[in-house]
Amino acid sequence: MQFMKTRFNYLFGSTKGLTLIAIAVVSLITAIFGTLSGPMVEWGIRDVVVRLLKMELIPAAREGRIIMLYHTIAMTIVAIEVYFITELVPMKRHEQTMINATITVGYLISVVFGMAFAYWGRNFAFHGLFLLGQSLVFFAGILLAVALVPWKKEYRLPADSLLARTKSGLDLERVAFFVMAVSTLLSAAFGAVSGSYWSNGHETFLAEDLIRNPFKTYLQKAIIGHLHIMLTLIAIAITLIVGRWLNFKGILHRIAMPLMISGTVIITAGALSVVWVEAAHTIIYVGSVFVMLSALFFVIYSWGMLIREGTAGIEKPTFGQKIKALLRDPIKFGPGWQMVFMNFTVSGVGIFMAVKLTEIFRVWPHREERIILTGHWHILASLIATIILFYIADLSGLKGKIRKWFGWTIIIMSNIAFASVTIFSMKRLFVTEAEQQNVVNWTMLLTDIGLATVLLVLAIFMVWRLLDLFKAKGWWTQEYKSEIKRSAEIEIEEQKRKLKELEETLKEVEK
Amino acid sequence: MKRIIMSLRAVFAKQPPSSNGRFLRAIALATTLILIASCAPAPSVAAITPPYIDTGIDHESWALIPAGSFPYGQHDHITDVDYDYEMMVTPVTNEQFGRFLNEALAAGAIRVGEVEVETGEQVWVEVGAHGFYPGDPYDGYKHEEEIKPGDKLFFPTEADGVRITFDGQIFRAIHEYSNHPATMVTWFGAKAYCEFYGWRLPSEIEWEKAARGTELVDGRGLAFPWGTHIERNNANYYSSFDLFVKMFGKLGNTTPIGFYNGKTYTLAEGSYTTLDSASPYGLYDMAGNVWQWTGDDYPKQHYRHMRGGSFYSYEVDLRVWKFNSAGPQHYSPQVGFRCAR
Repeated sequence: MQFMKTRFNYLFGSTKGLTLIAIAVVSLITAIFGTLSGPMVEWGIRDVVVRLLKMELIPAAREGRIIMLYHTIAMTIVAIEVYFITELVPMKRHEQTMINATITVGYLISVVFGMAFAYWGRNFAFHGLFLLGQSLVFFAGILLAVALVPWKKEYRLPADSLLARTKSGLDLERVAFFVMAVSTLLSAAFGAVSGSYWSNGHETFLAEDLIRNPFKTYLQKAIIGHLHIMLTLIAIAITLIVGRWLNFKGILHRIAMPLMISGTVIITAGALSVVWVEAAHTIIYVGSVFVMLSALFFVIYSWGMLIREGTAGIEKPTFGQKIKALLRDPIKFGPGWQMVFMNFTVSGVGIFMAVKLTEIFRVWPHREERIILTGHWHILASLIATIILFYIADLSGLKGKIRKWFGWTIIIMSNIAFASVTIFSMKRLFVTEAEQQNVVNWTMLLTDIGLATVLLVLAIFMVWRLLDLFKAKGWWTQEYKSEIKRSAEIEIEEQKRKLKELEETLKEVEK
Repeated sequence: MKRIIMSLRAVFAKQPPSSNGRFLRAIALATTLILIASCAPAPSVAAITPPYIDTGIDHESWALIPAGSFPYGQHDHITDVDYDYEMMVTPVTNEQFGRFLNEALAAGAIRVGEVEVETGEQVWVEVGAHGFYPGDPYDGYKHEEEIKPGDKLFFPTEADGVRITFDGQIFRAIHEYSNHPATMVTWFGAKAYCEFYGWRLPSEIEWEKAARGTELVDGRGLAFPWGTHIERNNANYYSSFDLFVKMFGKLGNTTPIGFYNGKTYTLAEGSYTTLDSASPYGLYDMAGNVWQWTGDDYPKQHYRHMRGGSFYSYEVDLRVWKFNSAGPQHYSPQVGFRCAR
């Protein structure tokens, strides 16, 4: 019993434990439902899985299933980001506990009942519970926003702080987290309102199927705005998280944070105004520039920091020594690199498409355009996932060769996969349909190899963490102890501050 | 530059190779090998000719679709078609389309030679059969492409993947492909074919009704012409592993019209048993093989819709309500058509 209790406390009572569970859930979802498409269908694995798990795949419900799948994965990823935020951003311990508990229950209910509804028989009680889970995740978001309120006195920064701040000491990074959280809540509500019309004036659809339709309903536009802004906000959140993880500070931080705050507000307003405003895309472009500039400043800072730390002690480091310093730790180099790589496979492709839409892409058949659209946002989502993995690897204390193998495998193999997907999706630029077989075969093969290797590395990592849980003095015990210690220290600080406040109040009264 | 090279040497050459360095080199080597291998020739649809296969289905036959309502679209909206009409049992074949080109050429309805193709902001010249099209109404809507009156390409004679040759006077279907669906035909060409014989391209509603019929199973219309689910040997699609996949690799190729009729075919590549996959009205190839042009012109966009999915589609695109779209000038090895009357 004690065996179970201690592990349970670690898994559900610590940031690292909660994160591990969430990653295990995403891995499980990927492992099971990833077999239902792509090469798994070609190899016949889909049919085996469907038979084995007794899934009920109604052809007309495919789009609905995919939407449920996206939502359950999104809920879990949002939960992981929330765990990171409650750990990294100063807040009261009871706030952290409440937020983490609520979101954990919420995403787990969403995943279990959402998937049960979508893949095993469309039982509407399950759909109701899926919505309950999402509501809890939303409620956790409200709690998070309250905890992140930036103008509380105790979170003001001193004048000598290296972090971005206003003259009155307002922590602008905290403001950025707060604005991101509030924007996410607004955007989630936007999706919820549209979703509430499901089968009541609104029918399930995938956005990429509607792109060429000149007449879209308000509900369709609302959902298109919702899905775009939610992924964007998840990307903004992870950028802020890795900034805190890698101790982003100094002049670049002071420039980046106002850009991130205003960019988040503008891009959210733009995405949601798609429903009514003709020029919504222009607003989105402006917001994107702000957000991307902010991310660029983070990349410059993080790479500069890696070079400085790696060449410490060398009086005049050569170019090669600087490169070596930059690349010596793939786990910390990775987030910045993936953000840069994102420009080649996501932002660059998106801008090229926008510029050449009528000249090139609308000349191609719809299916070709659809491949690019689905390809680029899958890549963005996967790049975010790899950045999360870098942070988790660091949290798990990976060191030495294993750290390098883990980091470089994820960077190289994910980049091979995403570059291949990009080439595949843009193939019509350089090869005709009649002659495309080579390009299709090899880009698909490289994509499969790249993604399979990343998933294999993730699986090895997860098995290691699972086996570790069976050890009496495994890695998990150290993690748990260090979290309890840190938590106690923060609690003591809080109590001291509270005590001081109470004493001051008493003095005031006694006067 | 010299400094950069010296620095790189300092990193890579002067250091004994670490396991990390070896790993990176192994990755780089493997990637290079794969990229080099990708330059090796693979069979293309244009390069190989399959054997002639007689499926026993008459490509001159028509099926009657009686008036009445049917479940339309993914969400089964009951829609009424208040007239009888007929649809070709199979897509137009290369033999039929070649015959049309010769007859239309002789009648002066088409010409062969260079023709300007205009789409979006692009204009280029192609060589092929072409004829007049009166244009589409234009509203100047955002992203709307103007389809002006003028000579339009029907069928390119010199593009990769054509199965009908032209010797300057006569069009001839390549024998082995003569009973395959006619591909590389633009929407203009498909419309011209149907109208030359007094027929028309089916509307999307007509096409879908002919594909799925009126039956409801558990409150839903059929997802595929033959029923509610798809097996690999129901249709020619990506990863269906038919005989043509063995010949042409993973992308496959078109199959002869009516190939999926329950027969077993034995070739040098092996034998392959098909399921009888006719629609409720007896139409073949309403899912897979080639996308099929439909006749509607939608205002404010002018993309023409195609139905049915192709040998290069995943099975999800074979569901009867799925559509693809392209400008009417588009042609492709995976796009064909059939007529209605």
